[in-house]
Amino acid sequence: MFRLKPQHVPLVATTVVFALLYVSAALRYDGFFQWYMFASMLSSNASLAVAALGMTFVILSGGIDLSVGAVVAFSSILLAKMLVVWQLPVAVAIPLALTLGLAFGAVMGVLIHAFRLPPFLVTLAGMFLARGGALALTPQKRLNITDNTTFQWLVDWRTLDYLSLPAVVMLGGTALAIVVAGYTRFGRTVYALGGSESSATLMGLPVARTRISIYALSGLCAALGGVIHAIKAQAGDSTVATGMELDAIAAVVIGGTLLSGGVGYPVGTLLGVMILGVITAVLNLQGTLSSWWTRIAIGGLLLAFIVLQQLLQLTRDKRR
Amino acid sequence: MPDVLKKLDMLKKLNWPLFALAFLLVFNAYSRRGFFHVEVQNGKLSGSTIDILQNSAPTMIVALGMTLVIATGGVDLSVGALIAVAGSVVVVLLKGGTPLPLAILAAVVVCLVAGVWNGLLVAYVKVQPIVATLILMVAGRGIAQLLTDGQIVSVSNNAAFSAIDDGALLRIPLPIWIAAATFAILAALTRLTAWGLFIEAVGGNEKALTRLTAWGLFIEAVGGNEKACRYAGLSVNPIRLTVYTVSGLCAAVAGLIVASDIKAADASNAGSYMELDAILAVVIGGTALIGGRFLLCGSILGAVIIQTLTTTILMTNIPPEYNLIVKGGVVLLVCLLQSPSFRSRLLRLKGGR
Repeated sequence: MFRLKPQHVPLVATTVVFALLYVSAALRYDGFFQWYMFASMLSSNASLAVAALGMTFVILSGGIDLSVGAVVAFSSILLAKMLVVWQLPVAVAIPLALTLGLAFGAVMGVLIHAFRLPPFLVTLAGMFLARGGALALTPQKRLNITDNTTFQWLVDWRTLDYLSLPAVVMLGGTALAIVVAGYTRFGRTVYALGGSESSATLMGLPVARTRISIYALSGLCAALGGVIHAIKAQAGDSTVATGMELDAIAAVVIGGTLLSGGVGYPVGTLLGVMILGVITAVLNLQGTLSSWWTRIAIGGLLLAFIVLQQLLQLTRDKRR
Repeated sequence: MPDVLKKLDMLKKLNWPLFALAFLLVFNAYSRRGFFHVEVQNGKLSGSTIDILQNSAPTMIVALGMTLVIATGGVDLSVGALIAVAGSVVVVLLKGGTPLPLAILAAVVVCLVAGVWNGLLVAYVKVQPIVATLILMVAGRGIAQLLTDGQIVSVSNNAAFSAIDDGALLRIPLPIWIAAATFAILAALTRLTAWGLFIEAVGGNEKALTRLTAWGLFIEAVGGNEKACRYAGLSVNPIRLTVYTVSGLCAAVAGLIVASDIKAADASNAGSYMELDAILAVVIGGTALIGGRFLLCGSILGAVIIQTLTTTILMTNIPPEYNLIVKGGVVLLVCLLQSPSFRSRLLRLKGGR
């Protein structure tokens, strides 16, 4: 008989919630079953999803990254500045923005690992620095990217009729994250690190390298989120994505990843992001419900999933 | 070592923050004429230093509650949202014609309930503190916006309400008094223990006093080693519950001051990033994030340093955009200075020369 493993229960619950939400939304509003609607939902949540995928690895390892929202803003405005003011070609500007995000995350990882600093505080400092850097980069808060044919090509690119480049990057990124987390040595080490750092060290796993790579990966993902944001908005914006780290953490938790580390799946994060996406889409379609219901709904969902996780933990402890 | 000496030893941790504050103050004194000038205006003291104290009052109050939470090894992310909730409740009720004391009471009760909720989740449902308080951090601001219908609701005509921020007692602005009172109450509740032990150590045996106010000791014990507490027969859960409740109450008080300051409820912006400032103040003040020890006066000092830094940046010709960069740099510096492994590396470097 098919037995559900306990660590899969939150993932199944997330899938069920997503399916229920999506179907009930589709019954209420036309268009949810249309391909263009689904594609546009993917595209509008791509930035958050990519950042949340990076956050998944951080949380799996038992850490936290508060800087992602600020890094998204920083790389979006940096990309705009490179393209518009410094006139760099797209092929140079985008890799540069991504590399900078990677390096930023790596430095935070080094500080966290080498000096045993709490990730919470280091990434908080990172948030201040990246947001401040974004604001300092341009006096005007928004920089439109116009008259750039290569960039415009990226903006207009579509496949399968409606699927935009951000949506493709998001789906590809998720697939990559699933492979990295589940089928590589690095992924195994991340889980081991989240399960118990001392055991991982005693097993001779490369703890230092892995931890630094995790934060570098999160920085890279956040920078990619910023590039995606710039593509979607056709502009860089230094005030964008405030509080995105919270949405990312919420998506990861709703996706069934334990915040204590060691348990979870990237695919859950994608579902978590899509749940947030459906809620936002429904609230936008429903004129009478206001935007603050999104926050309350996310809070409620967080609560439900956390309680579910605790119940599972309790039953697992009892079985022992 | 007697407990009191340990406490005095802990005060040494304040050397660096005090040095930082002194540096900022000297810098300000040089760069700006009349920084320390204080005069009486409209029956209360006014001047840059008084402004700094008054503006840091909400952070101080929230940081005091946060100190106790962090001392148990937890963290309360919801305080910023609760500030918005408290402000929204009091302003919406005042708009509806409720008398001020009742409106204040309602705001305090709402935040009390929120604090108890956080405490229950952490203590009894055993949710990690970051996650448990994340729920209200996300949902709380939504609830505040729901109360105010997403608008900035203003109450400019209520003199008594405005007086919470504007008023003065003995020429000192009220927010400073409120922060001082919060400090005094919490210090008394938590620190009389040390006093009691001190009396014991000197020779008397004041066990009654020790027992009456062992709260502070328990908080440190829970943060220090929860398992040991259990084995010692200490019920850990109620202590956890109390610290989150107190943190909620502190957020309510801070929310009232913030709302009175802007004479309005701004559900979207009131208290935003306040949880981070409060945590920062606590850490600057020498309380370690891992819990086990706490210094209430350090957190007050931390809040003053943050506000002085902000004021300094605003007053000098540094563009405001760099405010966050400087703040981020300070956070990193403080973290590094408090990290034992960084210190030992630094010392080794010194020894090598």
